[in-house]
Amino acid sequence: MYPSRFHYEAPSTLDEAFEAIEAYGDEAKILAGGMSLIPLIKLRFAAPACIVDINNIPGLDYLEEESDGSLRIGALCRHRTLERSSLLRNNYPVMFATAPLIADPMVRNRGTLVGSICHADPQGDWASVMLSLGGEIIARNAEGRERSIPVSQFVVGPFQNSLQTGEIAVAAKVPPARGTRTGTYLKLERRVGDFATVGVAINLEMSGGTINRAGIALTGVGGNNIQCTSAEQSLAGKSLNASTIDQAARLAADAAQPKNDVRGSIEYKRHIVYTFVQRGLSSREARAA
Amino acid sequence: MEERRINVVVNGEPVSVDVEPRILLAHFLREIMGLTGTHIGCDTTNCGVCTVLVDGLPMKSCTMFAVMTDGHEVTTVEGLGMPSELHPIQQGFREEHGLQCGFCTPGMMLASKAILDENPNPTEEDVRWGLAGNLCRCTGYQNIVKAVLWAAEKMRSEGGAYVLGGRSRR
Repeated sequence: MYPSRFHYEAPSTLDEAFEAIEAYGDEAKILAGGMSLIPLIKLRFAAPACIVDINNIPGLDYLEEESDGSLRIGALCRHRTLERSSLLRNNYPVMFATAPLIADPMVRNRGTLVGSICHADPQGDWASVMLSLGGEIIARNAEGRERSIPVSQFVVGPFQNSLQTGEIAVAAKVPPARGTRTGTYLKLERRVGDFATVGVAINLEMSGGTINRAGIALTGVGGNNIQCTSAEQSLAGKSLNASTIDQAARLAADAAQPKNDVRGSIEYKRHIVYTFVQRGLSSREARAA
Repeated sequence: MEERRINVVVNGEPVSVDVEPRILLAHFLREIMGLTGTHIGCDTTNCGVCTVLVDGLPMKSCTMFAVMTDGHEVTTVEGLGMPSELHPIQQGFREEHGLQCGFCTPGMMLASKAILDENPNPTEEDVRWGLAGNLCRCTGYQNIVKAVLWAAEKMRSEGGAYVLGGRSRR
């Protein structure tokens, strides 16, 4: 399939990228990994007049912890890097569990976390993970001013984000943990590499057996990724035991808004949400923290 | 019509070509470079048949624009090895009958190369996870996995790194 024609820019600095998107306004699209954008263009769901390929801009492919303990993920950090990161293995278990479950190895070699969140596919895994971590997107404008947008306000609808015209999402950010992080991402898929039938992101920040902050978010069971606020609040200040786990799992299942489709019925998907939340909270790591 | 000059190393040979930005890497390789070993299967980023190596990593050439490879290296199945000088992975697919219709095979072999480059001694499970993005409608994967493990053993037993023996290198 041939996409429709477009003007192509491959800037080597962010300033040049801003010039390009200034010239084309809403008709310009940023191309990072392209794993969602290029299929959309090929199918002609999208036909941008200008594509601004940011892959040649140095300094965007990074994954690092800042001095205040927050994690910054550059716009060109690929799923592949996240999958192999010892920093994530040690300190960000929900992210480390997610990375190998994104699509397939070839897509992971190219696609990016920031691009995936910008694309805002309700079936996307990373937005749930970032919701569970209280993550943010860093948007930058042509003047160099950066603003942080919580992912809960960044993803505003299916395939819609709250970037303003002239802004580029340059990074994602995870705030410092309040205690020790445990967590996981559980994903039911019909076959490897498929979108989630149900995905559950769990992030707990604990000290001395007490939960300081709980993050639970769902993929594939609603028009958007769903943050399970009631379930999270039910765990705050508590410890993990059979009754707190059961209550959180029930509240999360209530928060799901699944549809009957080829991947399963409403009842089935709700049941999986309950089971995954219970399983994630019952893990040995979570109980040991 | 907008065209852009790109400088790409294809199977070891530097080429400089003007391409329209919307030309996909798969079309560039097949129609402009004449390297028809790269197949196009689903054309929707699902099947992995069009897999090539870009700077040594497997990528779906139906989901990249050729202009994005400007300044990079692309390896196709022709660059892996030719009939006169098969790469151990190609020998493995022959020895273990790792193909039936052969349509997915170029992509399978390039994805396999990346698996073995990163991990010369993979388990069966490592191979299956590594090939998770490559679909085969014939074999049931059993012999493909065997072929990759055969190649892994051969490459380990022979020690040295393999020089890719592709057509455009000669």
